[in-house]
Amino acid sequence: MVGQLTKTERQFGLAIAVLVTLLGLAMAAAGRQDLLGVHGLIVVAFGVGAAFLVISGAHLPEPAKERLAHYYDDPIKVGIILSMIWAIFGLFIGVWVAALLAWPELTFDAAWSSFGRLRPVHTTSVIFGFGGNALIATSFHVMQRTSRARMPDQLSPWFVLIGYNLFCVLAASGYFIGITQSKEYAEAEWYADLWLVVVWVTYLVLYLRTLARRQEPHIYVANWYYLAFILVVAMLHIVNGLAMPISLASAKSYPIFSGVQDAMVQWWYGHNAVAFFLTAGFLGMMYYYLPTRAGRPIFSYRLSIISFWGITFFYMWAGSHHLHYTALPHWVQTLGMTFSVMLLVPSWASAANALLTLNGAWHKVRDDATLRFMMVAAVFYGLSTFEGSFLAIRSVNSLSHYTDWTVGHVHAGALGWVALITFGAIYAVVPKLWNRKSMYSWKLVEVHFWLALAGTLVYVFAMWNSGIIQGLMWRTYNESGTLAYSFLESMIAMHPYYVARTFGGLLFLTGAAVGFYNIWKTIKEAPAVQEETAPDRPATMPARVGTVEAGE
Amino acid sequence: MSVGERDPHTGHMTTGHDWNGIKELNTPVPKPVLLFLAATVIFSLVYWVLMPAWPLGVSYTKGLLGIDQRTTVETRLSEAAQARANWSEALAEQDFGQIAEDDTLMAIVRHSGSTLFGDNCAVCHGDRGEGGPGYPALTDGSWLWGGEADDIWETLRVGVNAEHSETRIAEMLAFGRDGILDRQTVLDTVSYVQSLSGAMDGLDPDAVTRGEEAFAMNCSACHGESGQGDATMGAPDLTDDFWIYGGDRNAIYQSIFHGRRGHMPQWETRLSPVERKILTLYVRDLGEQAR
Repeated sequence: MVGQLTKTERQFGLAIAVLVTLLGLAMAAAGRQDLLGVHGLIVVAFGVGAAFLVISGAHLPEPAKERLAHYYDDPIKVGIILSMIWAIFGLFIGVWVAALLAWPELTFDAAWSSFGRLRPVHTTSVIFGFGGNALIATSFHVMQRTSRARMPDQLSPWFVLIGYNLFCVLAASGYFIGITQSKEYAEAEWYADLWLVVVWVTYLVLYLRTLARRQEPHIYVANWYYLAFILVVAMLHIVNGLAMPISLASAKSYPIFSGVQDAMVQWWYGHNAVAFFLTAGFLGMMYYYLPTRAGRPIFSYRLSIISFWGITFFYMWAGSHHLHYTALPHWVQTLGMTFSVMLLVPSWASAANALLTLNGAWHKVRDDATLRFMMVAAVFYGLSTFEGSFLAIRSVNSLSHYTDWTVGHVHAGALGWVALITFGAIYAVVPKLWNRKSMYSWKLVEVHFWLALAGTLVYVFAMWNSGIIQGLMWRTYNESGTLAYSFLESMIAMHPYYVARTFGGLLFLTGAAVGFYNIWKTIKEAPAVQEETAPDRPATMPARVGTVEAGE
Repeated sequence: MSVGERDPHTGHMTTGHDWNGIKELNTPVPKPVLLFLAATVIFSLVYWVLMPAWPLGVSYTKGLLGIDQRTTVETRLSEAAQARANWSEALAEQDFGQIAEDDTLMAIVRHSGSTLFGDNCAVCHGDRGEGGPGYPALTDGSWLWGGEADDIWETLRVGVNAEHSETRIAEMLAFGRDGILDRQTVLDTVSYVQSLSGAMDGLDPDAVTRGEEAFAMNCSACHGESGQGDATMGAPDLTDDFWIYGGDRNAIYQSIFHGRRGHMPQWETRLSPVERKILTLYVRDLGEQAR
């Protein structure tokens, strides 16, 4: 793969690798009395590894000009595989923490394996490891195809992909050893946060540069969503990550906000991470892979516009619904609730646009598990956005908040929507990327589909039941006006549902493992396509003045 | 520039764009979407007029209904307190004996006490007060600090070895570890202590005799000459069959060699007097029901 890089790109790549290594050494030296030193060594390992990779290909000749007649897909392939590795790891930790809630003794007598440390490893691995890598990889694929343009250079996609994974590794490994900012979904500490800013801005610039090279007069909807995802996540991450390290030699930092302001910033971030990471990004994915797989035009361009602007505008206000009945002033809660209610319409419009696009292709949904993954994902998207707006209503929230209902809601979205659309997209894109006629085994795709669907349903139904029972038990009074149940009694009542949840998660994990095997076999063994039927190539660039060609 | 074409399946025109084979229909936005959007917007507008909603610099729109969560919760709390007043006042005023005779009040003690106990005591003492290794059972009739209502009330109030200026203090010295007794004497004392609860099987009578001497010298000050304990200083009765840290040879050896210093939190600053009164009666009631 290094052979594909131009000599100049190799030199720049090496320079960056050396720079990262030096940065890691500085961290390791300054933080030798602190956990920061451990992370310094991890950074050094990444830098040295990258440098070795570049040096190992340094002797290769300059790549042929012919490469410019193709899309640049190497980082996409690596991104897909990394995404699946994170999926297996993150889902495994998820099953473990689920089991811990049912059988608390099911762990080692060590700090790293306590629930409080494993849980953020699970969320970070699945959201940022699995979801983030899938988003980066598919966005590289979609932006090139829908712009009919090759990426402007070959180095920045690698920097984005590898740099992003360095962030994920720093985050997840940090939680194990006790480094955390204690902000949900933003637990990584200040230096990892700063690194992510560099990576993310490079990502944004790469996306914009590719779009600027497009050979299509219009920008396709999928790109609107991917761009919204990249831009808003940058904004959220920077504001919520504002913190002051206690020293440059320490991993510990404190947020610049405090009290209810900190809570509000955190949930403005948290909810918009759901909105722009877990929704907008994956809608971009859906808008490309669903219509191409179904071979149908998008149901309505106008509906796309309403959905896109509705989602981007309304979501921004909705975060405060996470803080109903708290020290947050009532008026902020009102705004959070009402914007969440209005948000339902554009959300459902997106789901409807996806499902109505399938009109005329329902026979394909029946026969093709890959398309069925995407169809069911759209259904779960509709379901969980309805549930989200419903739970945002204050009086409903007073029952649901702090219960497993929230956990069930999140997983209806994360498993049912995010993971299923990702698996669908991956099954659609893998044969294309590796130039295969189809996946190694369509039967295994079926097996994965049913395991994933069954796992999601078991999980979500278990949590609906336990959440509502919990909420009711906590607010039931006896005739004398005192609480009817102790917290312990509600815990005992949850046990069967926690067992069921673990089982559902195990089904989902098994499905992902089957998928991983199938993808691996496809890459290794599936028969290759002999000749291109529909050319999958960028448009030949008209000679434009001042345009720098890719890789030069 | 781009020319739409008619989609044969739906009959709608496309927008004329084509991205990598993807086309878009120019289908008008379905009516229900617009209606639904209008409905949610109208709902929000009405809600904003009625409830606290928009910031105005240092203040905010208060809403026509005059509702605010702060006043709502204050009202609800005082209403709830009022609803409980008919029995909570009686509980506060009457003494333990009077309450215990009143079946109506005791019914309230039982169902309110069960939740209070579950939330505050069960984590150590077990959900039915059965205790566990290191945590005294509350149902066996054997009390460290006395089992009368007033005793339990006081233990709840100040705790044992707790952060309270009047806390009950009790400590079993580490006779072996601190070198007060040699190992053999500790072992002899273990034999004697075992014999106190009538478990003579397998005990060396000489060891028991030697242990008795050591006991009289070192232990009787707290546990009493006959080993029946002393509730005024929290010294357990060693002649019954109830053990906090276990009654087998090894557990007794551990207790004498390394000492013991249990802990029970104080509840005076965490629970109201009525709640502590309920718990006192509930704990006594648990024991009576278990026997």
